[in-house]
Amino acid sequence: MSIDIETARRVAKLARIRVDEAGLPALAGELSGIVQFMEQLNEVDVTGIEPMTSVTPMRLKRRADIVTDGNIQGAILKNAPDAREGFFAVPKVVE
Amino acid sequence: MSAAANTLTVAAARDALRRRELSAVDLTMACLTAMDAADSLNAFVHKTPEIALAQARAADARLAAGAAPDLCGIPLGIKDLFCTRGVASQAASNILRGFRPEYESTVTSQLFAAGAVMLGKLNMDEFAMGSSNETSCYGDAVNPWRRAGDDTALTPGGSSGGSASAVAADLCLAATGTDTGGSIRQPAAFTGIVGIKPTYGRVSRWGIIAFASSLDQAGPMTKTVRDAALLLGAMAGHDPKDSTSADLPVPDFEAALTGDIRGKTIGIPREYRMDGMPAEIEALWASGTAMLKDAGARIADISLPHTKYALPAYYVIAPAEASSNLARYDGVRYGHRAKLAQGDGITEMYEKTRAEGFGKEVQRRVMIGTYVLSAGFYDAYYNRARKVRALIKRDFEQAFATGVDAILTPATPSSAFGLGEMAHADPVEMYLNDVFTVTVNLAGLPGIAVPVGLDAKGLPLGLQLIGKPWQEAELLNHAYVLEQAAGFVAKAQKWW
Repeated sequence: MSIDIETARRVAKLARIRVDEAGLPALAGELSGIVQFMEQLNEVDVTGIEPMTSVTPMRLKRRADIVTDGNIQGAILKNAPDAREGFFAVPKVVE
Repeated sequence: MSAAANTLTVAAARDALRRRELSAVDLTMACLTAMDAADSLNAFVHKTPEIALAQARAADARLAAGAAPDLCGIPLGIKDLFCTRGVASQAASNILRGFRPEYESTVTSQLFAAGAVMLGKLNMDEFAMGSSNETSCYGDAVNPWRRAGDDTALTPGGSSGGSASAVAADLCLAATGTDTGGSIRQPAAFTGIVGIKPTYGRVSRWGIIAFASSLDQAGPMTKTVRDAALLLGAMAGHDPKDSTSADLPVPDFEAALTGDIRGKTIGIPREYRMDGMPAEIEALWASGTAMLKDAGARIADISLPHTKYALPAYYVIAPAEASSNLARYDGVRYGHRAKLAQGDGITEMYEKTRAEGFGKEVQRRVMIGTYVLSAGFYDAYYNRARKVRALIKRDFEQAFATGVDAILTPATPSSAFGLGEMAHADPVEMYLNDVFTVTVNLAGLPGIAVPVGLDAKGLPLGLQLIGKPWQEAELLNHAYVLEQAAGFVAKAQKWW
């Protein structure tokens, strides 16, 4: 299966990465090459095989449901590109 | 002895520090001097000499008090993927430019608690996506090794290229790396050093910038197997902050280095004998096999039938996980935010920020991951890849069930190649670098690269040993035997 320009545009949109119109044909070509490489997987008989969900057969640990930190608003906002009045600031989302 | 203190192994420096023949400050100064004289390697990308000297002074006080841990006063380089409090940690990406974490990764916390000294942060491929360190926002790291009679700049491999270069060039005694598809073992092999990827879950991933969470694992990159044992002991252990970290005791890895593998069985997987494999790699593998046999191991021909499908499965699973993990880089909470035009809304902010902040390879993988997870393709690609992954893991389990103790394979399909030589290659050609290493990540097993010889161009070549889950101690002992038998002592001729 090869990826056409329309699919490349849709994937870029879903990934929230801006790609110029002029860049789409090259992107489609690169993605097609990788997808073709992946298609070797179709040769494998996977009948009755469960998809692997955990790497090691151990139960995930659960921790106690307690507060372990807090009151660190300053630390959380420290690296924000735009923080105002104790909030992350972004362009208007709701009219 | 301080003039060449930076060339010591961790074990030798530990012994000298404990005997007080060497101070941690002098050792650190020797490394800082070597680091500053090696900017042409572009291995260290954020230097932290003040932190290093403060830690070294504290280490000297602790050593004077006696009973200091193995790593007390040992100068290390830290891969840029590890979050280090107050120190730039940007995964070699422009999207994290200026990011200074307010917290410390579990691995670096444990190393510092053991008295280790941080010299600075090390170059790598952007978000650990690459096999040549050429996707870094800092520019290429350079291999200290060169082909005989040729000054072409070579790659140190990737993604832990800066770590490999710095250790091979004696800028630090050891370094941290991370390995998602071979990112510790391939650069170790390209630079003539040792690198171990532990069993998935052995080392906490907390505070390590995520690439593919079911594959990522941190490990040490060192000059010797003994040093790898020392570092791994300090890095490993259960961490309540990583739900996938194993609540298992950490053995004394150094004590496991007995040098005795008599009666052990080494599996040689026939599927790793690839078409077109260079004769030198084939010969190296045969000679490594002979070394283990001479040490008293039994050699068994084994089959890992799904090996061929490991790379395509990896290049579905890793980008799928990456596209999800990297969704957090949105220009809101940290890192880069694009300058917006009049009327731009939040979607434009995301799209412009990510287009400016991510390099080409990262964009490509995020988009491939988005594609394989998108409606209508999830079953065809992602679920199928996870089924193939289950089969790859089963191949190893069946081999170990026949009594195999460790598996010997080549580490890489070639020695280090020239920087820029793959620039016009298909992305898939670059991915082939991981052909021998990626199976180990998919199966969650421990794997170690050990330098074994030089090729005709005078460049190092390594072999890989793969162990059973949680059996790093035994794996390290096998690697130790191989290291002793190979007697690899060559160093890169200093030109930097």
